Amino acid sequence: MSESRKIIETVDITKIYGMGDISVAALNGVSIDIHAGEFVAIMGQSGSGKSTLMHILGCLSKPTAGQYFLDGEDVSQLDKVELAGVRNRKIGFIFQAYNLLARTSALRNVTLPLLYDHVNPRTIEEADAKAEKLLEMVGLSGRIHHQPHELSGGQQQRVAIARSLVNDPVLIIGDEPTGNLDSRSGEEIMNLLHTLHAQGTTIVMVTHDPKIAAHTQRTISLLDGKVDFIKHNGEAAHETL
Amino acid sequence: MKPSEAARIAWEAILKNKVRSVLTMLGIIIGVAAVIIMVAISAGTEATIQEQITSLGSNLIFVQGSMKRGGPGQPPTGGLVFDDAAAIEEGVSGVTSVVVEQNASETVKYGDVALEEISILGTTSGFLSVRDMELADGRYFTDKEIDRKQKMVVLGSSLAEELFGEDDPINQVVTVGTTKMTVIGVMEEKGTVGNVSYDSYIFMPITVVFQKFTPSMFARIMGDSIRMIYVEVDPDENIEDIITQIELLLVKRHDLTLDTADFTVTTQQDIISTQESTTSAFRSLLAWVAGVSLIVGGIGIMNIMLVSVTERTREIGIRQSVGATPNDIRLQFLTEALMLSIVGGLIGILVGVGGSYIFGALSDMRTVVQPSSVLLAFSSSAIVGAFFGYYPANQAAQLDPIEALRYE
Repeated sequence: MSESRKIIETVDITKIYGMGDISVAALNGVSIDIHAGEFVAIMGQSGSGKSTLMHILGCLSKPTAGQYFLDGEDVSQLDKVELAGVRNRKIGFIFQAYNLLARTSALRNVTLPLLYDHVNPRTIEEADAKAEKLLEMVGLSGRIHHQPHELSGGQQQRVAIARSLVNDPVLIIGDEPTGNLDSRSGEEIMNLLHTLHAQGTTIVMVTHDPKIAAHTQRTISLLDGKVDFIKHNGEAAHETL
Repeated sequence: MKPSEAARIAWEAILKNKVRSVLTMLGIIIGVAAVIIMVAISAGTEATIQEQITSLGSNLIFVQGSMKRGGPGQPPTGGLVFDDAAAIEEGVSGVTSVVVEQNASETVKYGDVALEEISILGTTSGFLSVRDMELADGRYFTDKEIDRKQKMVVLGSSLAEELFGEDDPINQVVTVGTTKMTVIGVMEEKGTVGNVSYDSYIFMPITVVFQKFTPSMFARIMGDSIRMIYVEVDPDENIEDIITQIELLLVKRHDLTLDTADFTVTTQQDIISTQESTTSAFRSLLAWVAGVSLIVGGIGIMNIMLVSVTERTREIGIRQSVGATPNDIRLQFLTEALMLSIVGGLIGILVGVGGSYIFGALSDMRTVVQPSSVLLAFSSSAIVGAFFGYYPANQAAQLDPIEALRYE
């Protein structure tokens, strides 16, 4: 884990919605760096621009102005198809609502990203083997053929975590990953994220909950489309494990 | 995404919504089945007509009079007369036999049974061989009996049954109009040839028809008029040449020119071509109707696919978030539409082929399943699927991933 390697580097990112007089700047010059192996929370009130920032960091949308280097590559000017490729190979998402495919087994949900990897196509057998290993790691080895509706919320989120890891991404983005869970399941998910972090995974988590944010090393707080403050949570977070 | 993967995903999506998939396919199933059944029916009809016509022999020429009625008190002008037949037999080379026909209609009575408006066919002895008919019982009248104007009749099969039921008609006396006549034979059942059903006819010497049923005060001057002359020709002779000879002979006899001829000459071949053009018009009409139902089926697929894209917006968003490109999404939905229409097409073929056989077995219409129609219906269903599936697939591909993920 090299401290000098930047996974995320944004330079004056601006995102403007609408055109002309009624345009609204959701982001107004955000410059942040996130290094490999970091566990970072992005916080802010609703309307602060944290969701917009997450979408840009996740390559789901493009900044209106500014530059975004992901793993050293400028992705701020890529087209739809290229962005899909970046999402596929470099980013893993964990959503609040899990976002698993309904009526599809845990195994097939986890192998889904591999299906769209046009650069390194895998055989079904390779994909299955990898997905089974990840499902085992998140503690669901006995439920690989279960469909989402047969799993609890916490279990569904673990499937989503396994899915986010299947393509060996450089970055995991969590969008309120514990938001739909009871506190015990939420705790388990946070522990799982800590384990991943301990193994060297870079994690950026968007949340409005300061208690959840306190689990991370660093909190980037947004206000009105700008970075308000950055707080180091120290090593205390690790010790609460 | 590999095409095999796209096919697997599409197949799973179809199975996940079985009822909706079947309803979607219904339009295509009906369209394809309709094409196959309709073409099978028209091909069957065509084959039946063809067989009937060729069973009459292809070396037959029909000379038909086109008589014009005269004004009040005036004789009818033109038309064929009995002597024309003899003149053709003698004056035209390459003719093997000539048969004459004249029609009338009268009430036929036997015992308590009286049947009105029975068609009378006055003919000469060669009629059976020219029209390829056979007797079930008894005999036909001879040339000698025709000359003597013998009061003899031969009954069509259904007429004989109506008059006599189970009894033997031979040598019984029936009353035709007011004339008592002896039954000497009964025809074999023939069915409908062209649009004439000889089974309900009564056959008698043409001379008796002239005398009793179509008397004309002008007959002494002009000869007895007849409706039709059948000319059977040597198959080795040039038929066009014989037609020309007949036409020239008749215009000379009638003192006319070819442009003012009061008769028409047709051949078996002419009738076949007329029938062919009618049935092919019929067939293309059916094909259009069936084609329209295929298009309606295609619109059904587009409709359901659009609903499906809306319903599955979130699924599309999920796929996009893990890296599906617009092409991947388009391929997925296009494959699904194509698969729906192809599976629908295959079921439609089963229904169509099965339906054709069942229809042929249950009705008296004949059906001949044409492999070309199966191929055409199937390939057009696939084209319809691709065409009508493209728009919804493209809609899906254009979705914005963030919007799609937010969709509830």
